[in-house]
Amino acid sequence: MNELSPTASLIAAAVKVLAVFTALMVAIMYATWAERRISAFIQDRLGPNRVGPFGLLQPIADGLKNIIKEETNPATASRFFFVMGPMLSIMPALVTFAVIPFAAPLPTPWGTVDMIVADLPVGVLYILAIGSLGVYGIFLGGWSSNNKYALLGGLRASAQMVSYEVGLGLSLIPVMMLAGNVTLTRMVADQQLGLWYVLPLSLGFLLFLISAFAETNRLPFDMPEAESELVTGYHTEYSSMKFSMFFIAEYAHVITASALMATLFLGGWDIPFWTGDNFIPYEGGLISGFTAAGEPIAAQLSIWTTLLTLGAFMLKTTFFVVLYIWVRWTLPRFRYDQVMHLGWKVMLPTALAYVMLVGGTILVLDQLGVSAGPGFGLALTAVSLVATGMFALYLDRGRIITGAAPAGRAARAAPAAHP
Amino acid sequence: MAISVKLVRRPEAARSSYLRAALKGMSLTFRHMVNPRKVTRSYPEEPTELHARWRGTHRMEVHADGRPKCVACGLCPTVCPANCIRLVGGEDDQGNRYPIVYEIDEFRCIFCGMCQEVCPVEAIHVGQHFENAEYTRERFVYDLDRLMEQEHPVTALWDPSDPASE
Repeated sequence: MNELSPTASLIAAAVKVLAVFTALMVAIMYATWAERRISAFIQDRLGPNRVGPFGLLQPIADGLKNIIKEETNPATASRFFFVMGPMLSIMPALVTFAVIPFAAPLPTPWGTVDMIVADLPVGVLYILAIGSLGVYGIFLGGWSSNNKYALLGGLRASAQMVSYEVGLGLSLIPVMMLAGNVTLTRMVADQQLGLWYVLPLSLGFLLFLISAFAETNRLPFDMPEAESELVTGYHTEYSSMKFSMFFIAEYAHVITASALMATLFLGGWDIPFWTGDNFIPYEGGLISGFTAAGEPIAAQLSIWTTLLTLGAFMLKTTFFVVLYIWVRWTLPRFRYDQVMHLGWKVMLPTALAYVMLVGGTILVLDQLGVSAGPGFGLALTAVSLVATGMFALYLDRGRIITGAAPAGRAARAAPAAHP
Repeated sequence: MAISVKLVRRPEAARSSYLRAALKGMSLTFRHMVNPRKVTRSYPEEPTELHARWRGTHRMEVHADGRPKCVACGLCPTVCPANCIRLVGGEDDQGNRYPIVYEIDEFRCIFCGMCQEVCPVEAIHVGQHFENAEYTRERFVYDLDRLMEQEHPVTALWDPSDPASE
């Protein structure tokens, strides 16, 4: 691996920032388009198909409309915070993407360029720290609108965010234990050598998926918006581009969460069953694996591998974005107490127990002398599958959704006395 | 009459499984997502199918020599419940009556089709046409020439022997 000169790495960083930002904005645009088209297909409609081929220019038309629309500022709103809300919510959503590796390193005449904006050693922690800052924008927007619905929406957003941040963080601990560090590039490298983490850590993946839905305020967890209860929640008073910024922030969160899930659990830019895309940092160089004798094989970098792995990464991210949309147009919204119940009484204990289980399994396997290789992964997969099955069985007993009245025959037999 | 109460048997909320219900719903929405049969009609490209007795923009039938078939009998302005037809009749040298002014205000018209039913010479018709947008209100008053220029198919009258038009 030939290093970039300081100047070249500066230029590379600037180009990467611009490229990733642009790509992310385009992805957000087409996520809104996909949302509308897929929701239409699910409801047996056609969706926006007029502007451009297949309606592909619809997001541009929407953007233009939002820019030239009249901007309203409620007279009683706290003006400073009202303007600040959308900015604060959009910024963390875009910044989180910086630490996600999106392709194999790119060979250039000036050296090898890592396909990641900022290869922070604390990648996962950075995402957890910055990603949850978005709620400040939502809450500030809701509070400064001086509107009771907006305030309730903001309050719900913050309560929900706090509740599910716990589950989110705890569901990541098994990943960190398995990878041995918190750098996303190292996690990808680890998954390239072994199994994708979705197999050995299936329950962690499930918990992360649920938490990510709640963190991005998407249905069935869109308590902060809740059209049927809170008009549109925190952005009730917002119009034109300020509203659009909340909207962009939501989709940026969705895409970042999808990319994160792809990176943490589906091997990032790894193409399965192919060692040609393995670029594992090893003793100062990049290797694609080891021979049977234990000798490292030098990795062959090429622009095609970079493009292929970029395609694999985009495919995995798209899968999760479509999953988000699919779930949104299938499941109804939870009641507020059910959201809290699920967060604190189901997700938190399960995640804690799972951390203990994975830690214990790793410890036992270490004691038995199986610390790496296929046996280690398969044993963890088996343990996790059993845990996932038990979790599914637990959820299947009707533990999340209960009627407003206390459950059980006795509670219904005695009617509640009204004062 | 006594009120009848229909008891809907629902699974107890506490016993229903959210997980299975959610998966079932996901499979249902997926089937709809990939199903190519959509209910939306792409209107301007796919023309709307109008029923044979659908009543729209009027049309005046014309003789082979280009004269309107109307004999200015005055039945249609008389029968018109919306009072949207203005007719001034005249008489030529041979004693044939013809309309000097024949105007229909398509905004006032309620498209009941009574003008067509009452017309003794089958001159005025309501037709199978509705795409008549204009930039000014004045343009919605169709004069005789405009009514004669219309080319859309005319509405079929109700046939008592086939009341449902089958």
